[in-house]
Amino acid sequence: MQAKIEARDICFYYGDHQALFNNFLSVEKNKITAVIGPSGCGKSTHLRIYNRIFELYRNQRVTGKLLLDGVDILGPDTDILELRRRIGMIFQKPTPFPMSVFDNVAYPLRLHFKLSRSEIADRVEDALKSASIWDEVKDKLSSSGLALSGGQQQRLCIARAIAAEPEVILMDEPTSAIDPVATLKIEELMVELRKRFTVMIVTHNMQQAARISDYTAFFHKGEIVEYNDTKTIFTNPKCKKTEDYITGRFG
Amino acid sequence: MKKKTLFWRKLNDRFHTLFSAASVFIAVTGMILVLYTVVIRGMDAVSLDFFLNSSRPYGVEGGGIANAILGSVMITVFAAVLAIPPAVLAGIFLSEYPDAGRAVAVLRFAANVMMGVPSVLVGLFVYVIIVVPSGHFSGFAASVSLAVIMFPLIMRTTEDMLGMVPNSLRESSLALGMTKMRSILCIVCRSARNGLLTGILLAVARVSGETAPLLFTAMFADAWPSDFFTRPTANMPVLITEYTTNSPFAEMHTAGWGASLVITAAVLAVNIVTRIVFREKNNAG
Amino acid sequence: MNAVWAKKNLTDSVFRMLCVCCAGFTGLLMLAFFVQLYVESYGAWEKFGINFIISSEWDPSRDVYGALPGIVGTLSTTAIALVIALPLSFAAAMYLSDAAPLPGAVLSHAVDLLAAIPSVIYGMWGLFLVTPVMQDYVQPFFSETLGLSQVPGLRLIFGPDYNGFGIFTAGVILALMIMPYICAVMRDVFRMTPPMLRESAYGIGCTRWETARDVVLRYGIRGILGGVFIGLGRALGETMAVLFVIGNVMEMPETSYSGATTIASAIANNFSEATGMQRSALFALGFILLAMSFGIQVLAQYYLHATGAKRGESR
Repeated sequence: MQAKIEARDICFYYGDHQALFNNFLSVEKNKITAVIGPSGCGKSTHLRIYNRIFELYRNQRVTGKLLLDGVDILGPDTDILELRRRIGMIFQKPTPFPMSVFDNVAYPLRLHFKLSRSEIADRVEDALKSASIWDEVKDKLSSSGLALSGGQQQRLCIARAIAAEPEVILMDEPTSAIDPVATLKIEELMVELRKRFTVMIVTHNMQQAARISDYTAFFHKGEIVEYNDTKTIFTNPKCKKTEDYITGRFG
Repeated sequence: MKKKTLFWRKLNDRFHTLFSAASVFIAVTGMILVLYTVVIRGMDAVSLDFFLNSSRPYGVEGGGIANAILGSVMITVFAAVLAIPPAVLAGIFLSEYPDAGRAVAVLRFAANVMMGVPSVLVGLFVYVIIVVPSGHFSGFAASVSLAVIMFPLIMRTTEDMLGMVPNSLRESSLALGMTKMRSILCIVCRSARNGLLTGILLAVARVSGETAPLLFTAMFADAWPSDFFTRPTANMPVLITEYTTNSPFAEMHTAGWGASLVITAAVLAVNIVTRIVFREKNNAG
Repeated sequence: MNAVWAKKNLTDSVFRMLCVCCAGFTGLLMLAFFVQLYVESYGAWEKFGINFIISSEWDPSRDVYGALPGIVGTLSTTAIALVIALPLSFAAAMYLSDAAPLPGAVLSHAVDLLAAIPSVIYGMWGLFLVTPVMQDYVQPFFSETLGLSQVPGLRLIFGPDYNGFGIFTAGVILALMIMPYICAVMRDVFRMTPPMLRESAYGIGCTRWETARDVVLRYGIRGILGGVFIGLGRALGETMAVLFVIGNVMEMPETSYSGATTIASAIANNFSEATGMQRSALFALGFILLAMSFGIQVLAQYYLHATGAKRGESR
């Protein structure tokens, strides 16, 4: 089976400073791949290459190949708007747009698709249901997205990402700003999402990675030290460094 | 599901990117055009006599703008002397005495309103409270009107600049047993010094070009500004206005451009030098 | 020990009183402006009453005065200035907040310097350079080449008669003058937008323009409105730049190409020769202008204050 995404020899630079060194990684379809490592190890940086969001900033550049369904997306021919529709992203903090709950989810639909009003309404409902937030917001669709609680806001963002019909969802420490109960809900949701999407999650919470992911990559100082299925990584790591990290000896 | 064509969205984006760049271009071109005109036309007037002689009525040879320069400097400096100390103290009140509660909010609001009062109304105001009772136009009245304009400007920058001083500095100086007054003047104000100076200099530069309030306070005179407190006093902005609007003579227009060149150069020089000298404190703006 | 403590306390309270007095002075000043302009204009209000505001007659020979031409002139020059300056400022701020550090800083400073040039210079420049260009090229282009003076709805703006002076020219120059103020506020608002919010807009596939319009603009709308009101306030009260190019005719303008007057330029132009009822009427105009600018400032502060609170919260 072909990997959904395959990173080949990725190096990344902030100006003159090299942050990632020769990363190779293949992400399986419809699985959750977790990226763990101490802070500053480059795990977020790695994730931010996948939808080329790093390109917003000057002085950041990447070398190597990143194959999405076998096609290199780092090349000049890639349509970046379409790429970002296909690869959605969730951030450390919830980022609802300053508009109503409904419009937050309808926005990417209107952006990318030609749809009638009723189609949009249907799809918004679907997306909110998929993000398991529909029951909580169905009565306040027209109130501001900023009025929701932190956990609800993050699930709203997930609904917004789902609405654009992506293939991959990147999550950059999605629960780091959210209380434990809401975190649990989002974790359950991620497991659900795996059925339809390929999910990659960066987390500093090792228990979270162990609980929900199928594969885990351990990053250290910009290198992928070890990549294997999650069970092996947490029970029988091959590298000493990985073992030290997951047993809490550093990080 | 039907996709929208990316072509139109991208074209639209291109268009707006172009429009953005064009807007900056328009603004900067506007400035360059103004400066260019002032420099080209003003150069014709500039000579040594122009800077040394006082202005003369039309027809008399060898007029200059020396009296207007001197008058403007006197008016502005005197205005600064009047406005800066109390305005800084007022700014200190807004920033350092938050325990005064509503009073701070009300006075901050008043300062903001005063910042927005059209300068021509300041001229009317000072005309009524100084020119009418004293019976004559004077450079002093002009200074008062500029001071009134400057006051809220300096007050609000002082507040903003002191607000950037970290609280830990205040606490540690108070913990050393300093009085609040010493802590504010020696520690807080000193660490905000660059910002304060920038704010004050920019405020002074800004009012030095104000024209409308001077029309009813300083008026104009061809004489040297020897009776600053009792007589109409020559000054640059009114000279420019008089020479351009009330005179059909080309020589006067040229002299007006010369005066414009001098005042623009002075104001911009103060602005640029201030920004460069105090840059490291202010590079956020 | 106690004596020292008391002395310390005394200097502190004296210093505090001093600061209170200085700050209180602004409050007094604000009140004094209203009181004084009202008192000085009392004669006009007493004689004409509310008619002063709605009458368009200004005739010193018959000693009859009405504020409408001034009010209309003020509002229409301001409106034209805003219509031109707003999109330009928004787009320029967008460019500046995204530009590479060095050219961005240089251009930002250039725009800031535009605000530092004294307004009398703009007036003079307008008089000698802009009015001829308007008369020879711009106005004939709109009115005749494009034939807009024949279009019923647009006749109000692009009239058939023109001489370079008037509301339109004044509005254009005002636009150039207020643009740096609005642009500076908008630039700050753009920079205040959390990077993560911008990233998430790009992250779902927005273009730059879509991000600016749908996310950044909405997020900073209150701050932007505050900036707009500040520009509005400046345009309303600007005297010299307008005085030179508006034509100074105390009549109701027929089109935006007509000579007209604004409140500020009417005061500057007529005050030194005015006596009696005319002087009182000019003070009444001043009172109206003060009330307008007060209203604008209240709105500006309301909106800017709200963003200020948001800013404080997020840090």
